[in-house]
Amino acid sequence: MDEFVLIFRHMDGKEVASPEQIQQWMQMTMDWIGGIAAQNKFVAGVGLPFDEAKVVHSNKMVTNGAFGDIKETIGGYIIVRAESVEEAVEFAKGSPVLLGEGNTVEVRKVAHK
Amino acid sequence: MLPHLFRNEFSKITAVLCKRLGPSHIQLAEDIASETFLLASETWPYKGVPENPTAWLYVVAKNKLHNYLTRNKLYNDKIKPALESERPDVEIPDIDLSETNIYDSQLQMLFAVCHPSVPAESQIALALRILCGFGIEEIASAFLSNKATINKRLLRAKEKLRLENIPIEMPPEAALPQRLENVLTTLYLLFNEGYYSESHDTVLREDLCLEAMRLTQMLTAYPATAQPQVYALLAMMCFHASRFKARKNDQGELILYEDQDESLWNRELIAQGAFFLHKAAAGEQASRYHLEAGIAYWHTIKTDSPEKWQQILQLYNRLLLLEYSPIAALNRTFALSKVKGNAAAISEAEKLQLLDNPYYFSLLGTLYAESNADTAIGHFEKALSLAKTNADRNIISMKIKHLKVSRTG
Repeated sequence: MDEFVLIFRHMDGKEVASPEQIQQWMQMTMDWIGGIAAQNKFVAGVGLPFDEAKVVHSNKMVTNGAFGDIKETIGGYIIVRAESVEEAVEFAKGSPVLLGEGNTVEVRKVAHK
Repeated sequence: MLPHLFRNEFSKITAVLCKRLGPSHIQLAEDIASETFLLASETWPYKGVPENPTAWLYVVAKNKLHNYLTRNKLYNDKIKPALESERPDVEIPDIDLSETNIYDSQLQMLFAVCHPSVPAESQIALALRILCGFGIEEIASAFLSNKATINKRLLRAKEKLRLENIPIEMPPEAALPQRLENVLTTLYLLFNEGYYSESHDTVLREDLCLEAMRLTQMLTAYPATAQPQVYALLAMMCFHASRFKARKNDQGELILYEDQDESLWNRELIAQGAFFLHKAAAGEQASRYHLEAGIAYWHTIKTDSPEKWQQILQLYNRLLLLEYSPIAALNRTFALSKVKGNAAAISEAEKLQLLDNPYYFSLLGTLYAESNADTAIGHFEKALSLAKTNADRNIISMKIKHLKVSRTG
């Protein structure tokens, strides 16, 4: 069994969701992750809030916000156990992140330690 | 005679003696306590129960310890005169059976018994013996085991404590969080042993749960161990224990949650649980006991509501992120069926693939019951072949019977 990182890529995080929407989204995310954990295939997960995000540029310049010149940023990731990349992709397909237009989930195998 | 007088006093005397004699002499402590009660059982029936039975027991225990130490001292004096020259005229100290010392000794013994070097099943047996004053036969009956097996477990535990020289004292501050975690695990298991015991002795099963609750509550009286997760565990125990009278019928058969007579639920225990859960909310962290207490709380509300099952589902989601267990995965999927319907739950349930778990097939049977009786029966029959207890087999057989009746009818 290998470990895979599912990276949530968000388009345009400036779009403000209502508290009700946020709560609904949280619940959907918990249900999705809970379903993976119920199969004993959840390893770890981290949410990355956009608040207080900074971008450090090559000239050491620091800008505010996760969204710099590019419109895409990472909203978090989870690590899962899966037999194959195909199984990991199946997990990814259930992510509520994909309900947002333009959002993607990147699936990457963790290198063996 | 007062109920449980022997059991209570045995546990108090043994803990104080263990503390006084140290981890190498737990057997001796137990023997002195046993002899004390033997003497009581031999004399009280003829001479009558003394006016203050507790005081009588303490005097006898003190004398027995004194005799032992004097004998031991003489022995040492003769065989090892060297010792004598080192410590001349050693006063034999008394044992302190004050309420404070009893309490401190029991708490310290709890930490010693739950030391991680002692195997879990031996911890539970030793806790029942030393801290709860259960007899070997009672422990064997509660575990549906035999005296020889229990004796072996006890022996192993006592040997570990002796060989590792585990001090009977509160762990140092730095080690306390981890050691407290170990204690809570044992108390959690002890409670479950009572709650899920197959033993036909109802009183014994309930006593086991009450003892687990008493020991947990003991932790809340000491500032360093009165932690939110301790209150959370205690809350969980209260909520579960509130259904004690409702969950078995007169024949000792299990009554499922949805079939229970709500009026038999103990409202006082539910209120206590709510009080402890409130105390548990003090910290920042939600331990697995917080989550389990939350789940247990929602189960004290019999009426189904979307909110109830949504909350239970979210709590199970979080519990699974903290720690996977097959039973949490199955219960989570059941909660999911209440929130999102059977079809959604079936597709999640089938991913669990717990193919040697009877409850997995019972869950599938339950989820299919409405839509496809034949498939449901097939799952329940598989569950029946895997079931390990009579209580489970009875319930599954009943479900199969109902499904067959409704199919033909």
